This record gives sequence, C-alpha cells and structure tokens, in this order.
Amino acid sequence: MIIDLTFWQVAFGYLFVVILLVILRTRGIKRERMLLWASIRMTLQLILMGYVLIWLFNHPHPLLTLAVVLLMLAFAIHTIFRKFKNDLRKRMKTVILVTFPLGAMPVLLYFLWVVIQIDPYYDARYVIPITGMIIGNSMTGITLGLNTMLQAFKHERDAIEAHLLLGANIGQATKDIANRAFDNAIMPTLNSMLGMGIIFLPGMMTGQILSGIVPTTAIMYQIAIMMGILGSVTITTFLVIRFGARTCFNHDLQIES
Amino acid sequence: MFTFENVTYQDIINIPELTIESGKITALIGDSGSGKTTLLKMMVKLISPSSGIIRYRGEDLAVLDPILHRRQVVLLAQKPYLFKETLRDNLLIGLSYHLKQADDDALRRVLAKVELDKNLDASVDHLSGGEAQRLALARVMLLDADVYLLDEPASALDEKSEGIIMHLLKGLNQEQGKTIVMVSHHLNTIKAFADHTIKIASRRNKEANHDH
Repeated sequence: MIIDLTFWQVAFGYLFVVILLVILRTRGIKRERMLLWASIRMTLQLILMGYVLIWLFNHPHPLLTLAVVLLMLAFAIHTIFRKFKNDLRKRMKTVILVTFPLGAMPVLLYFLWVVIQIDPYYDARYVIPITGMIIGNSMTGITLGLNTMLQAFKHERDAIEAHLLLGANIGQATKDIANRAFDNAIMPTLNSMLGMGIIFLPGMMTGQILSGIVPTTAIMYQIAIMMGILGSVTITTFLVIRFGARTCFNHDLQIES
Repeated sequence: MFTFENVTYQDIINIPELTIESGKITALIGDSGSGKTTLLKMMVKLISPSSGIIRYRGEDLAVLDPILHRRQVVLLAQKPYLFKETLRDNLLIGLSYHLKQADDDALRRVLAKVELDKNLDASVDHLSGGEAQRLALARVMLLDADVYLLDEPASALDEKSEGIIMHLLKGLNQEQGKTIVMVSHHLNTIKAFADHTIKIASRRNKEANHDH
C-alpha cells in the first residue's frame, strides 16, 4: 500500500533546510540566500510540474508532449550558457545549440520507441520523466567536458601551440585535451554505474519501488535507463567537444584569445 | 623568401619594409621587447599582423593554408615545449604530423648531431634546460623544413654547445640550402655565422635597419 504524504509530513522534511541554515549562519558561510532560493524554487518547480503532468495526462496530445520536451532541452541549454557566462563565444554556443539536441534526441527516441516501445508513442507518463533523466545527465556531462576544455585552452596554450608549430591540425593539436574533457564528462555516469545497487538505489528505481512496482521490474527499467543515459552523455559530450574545440581557433589556426 | 610591407602588430611592431633572403642565415637583433619573437610568430602564422602584408615566396601569407605553411616553415621557440613523454615520442610527434616516419637509427643520428647522449626511451622530465633546447632542435631538424626560425636557439647552452649547434645550423644552410632566421643576443655568434643582420627597432623608432 502506498503511503500518501500530507502537507505537514512534507513540511517536516524542511527541518534539514533549517539545520543547514543554522550551520551556514554560525560558520559565517554566505550561502543562506542561495539555500532559501534553491529550496523555494525546488518546491515551486516541482509543484508546478506535478500539476503540468496531471494536466498532460488528462489531455494527451503529441504536440503538447513535444513542447514539454523542447522546453526541458531549452532550459538545459540555457543552464549551460548561464554557467559559463562570458566564456562561451557565439560559435561555441551555436555548437551546443545544434549538437545537444542532435545527440540527445535520437537516443531518447530510440530508447522510448525501440527499447521500451511506449504506446501511444507520445505517452507523457514515460516521455517526460525519461527525457528529464537523459537531458539532465547530458547537461552535466557537457558542462564537465566544456569546463575541462575551456580551462585547458586558458592554461595550456603553450602545449597547443607546440603541436601547431610542429604542423598539427586542430584534431591533432587538441587530441589530448579533448580526450581528457571527454573522460571527465563521462566519469560521473561511469561512477554511478559502479555504485548502483550497492551504494545507492537510483531515484527512478526508488520511486517505482515506493509506488508499489515489483523490484525486478524497477531494476529492468533502471538498467535500461542507465544505458540510455550513458548513450546520450557519450554522444552529446563527444559532439560538443569535437566541434566545440574547433571554435577555439580562427581560420588561420590560431587560438582565439 | 619573406617580405614585409608596412607590417604592424598592436603597438609592438612597425616594419615599413623588410626582406629576408632565401638560402641565407639571417640574424634578428634588437632590444628586448622590440618584437623579434613577435616577428617570428607572424612568419609561421601563429599570430597575424594588425595591418600590412607579409609575403612568403611572393604569396600573401594571409591566404596560405596555415598547416601547409607550418610544414615548410618551422619555429623553434626560445623555451620549447616538450611533451611529457619519452625522447622518442617527442621526436616522432612532429614527424607524424608531417606524415613522415623515422626508425630508431635515424632518431639516434639526429640526437648525435645535437650532441644529446640520451636513451630514446628516457623521460624528458630530467632534461636540463640546454638538453631540452637541443632535443627541441633535433625535433624540428627531423621535419626537413625549408625555413627554420629559431628564437635564441642557444640561450640555455654553454659556449661549447652553442658552437656545436651553430656549426650544425651552418651545415644545414650550406649543404642543404635551408633558410635560417634566428634571434640572438650573442654578437660574436652573429658575426661568425650570419650572412645578414637585421636590427628590429622598437615601434617608437618605426623602422628595421639592414646591415650586411
């Protein structure tokens, strides 16, 4: 039997926010505003999403599902842009705008239509949570990969120029950096795969088990979604790094300063 | 081989006219900060002039393919960057970019030429400044380019090593017809080895003086 949470039961959960707030204040760590803002935003966003999902389930339509997927994608891209602020040139932003959907969407569709075979093909009950997991993890991967690459262009200019001076093309001059960026990008996914089932039970699986689904079914879903996440993180970060590295050079193969 | 026409770079360089001749050893001299290194970097398209035209074999450098150009004209930086691997890896990496190969004997021969008595499998981590400079010179020599731009190639070397390297460069120039342009502060070296000396004046003086 599923235990429904009442308003007051959820409110007790905020006790931990209060504990963190006390720690921040007594230690003089200036993060109270962010903690409050994050707590409020999380609450409101989730409540809003809850109502949106109910409405979508009651008004099933492919265009509506598509609109939510595109909105999630746009928000993920916006989050990456905001994280790097002025460090992303226009060309790099274009690369992200093109390669993120290009990498994530085929994986998502493959996963929904070929692996799970949802019916109807736009069933919001499946599409939206799975889109969230795939896009969210890809966003983290892209952010980590980009961060490694941009830092390397800032601090390892000598090494890149040494390759160029020996006659390297962009791919050769940035091979080491691109490999490192890619490695850093996929590391969290690989780490979570290593710990899954022993150190922690992933969110989706936990949710399914709490809602009464047989654990073996939940596990099958979880294994499948991890493969989907791995696929999307790999493809999106590979594309962003591969084409993003090119935007750090001008047509004379000089590092853009 | 190289001609400069009203070339400026930010507020560092202003060269109304300059010619670097093919098949010669040309020494660039001038006060520090006068833009000698900047000039070399422009010649390999690592940076582009703010204004003016640089020509290589009569063609505007701006329209030449940077990769093909850098395979004909190589620059050895004053503090060359070594990749954190073995001597062999460092020697082979440039060759691989030029789609060329070399066996270990060829690599040992080039190391012997720069008088670097080290194992090919040794790590570059323990090389002294002078050894690193000689390894980097060996690395560019293997590329068999047409033009060698050398930014103070002997700055980390003692007098004896400097003499060896300069004779080696002279040999490259006389026996293989390589064009060599080098920045140097050692006037005796320049007198002994360079065919031409060009004084690069800082931007305030607004000119480059030729001495033959």
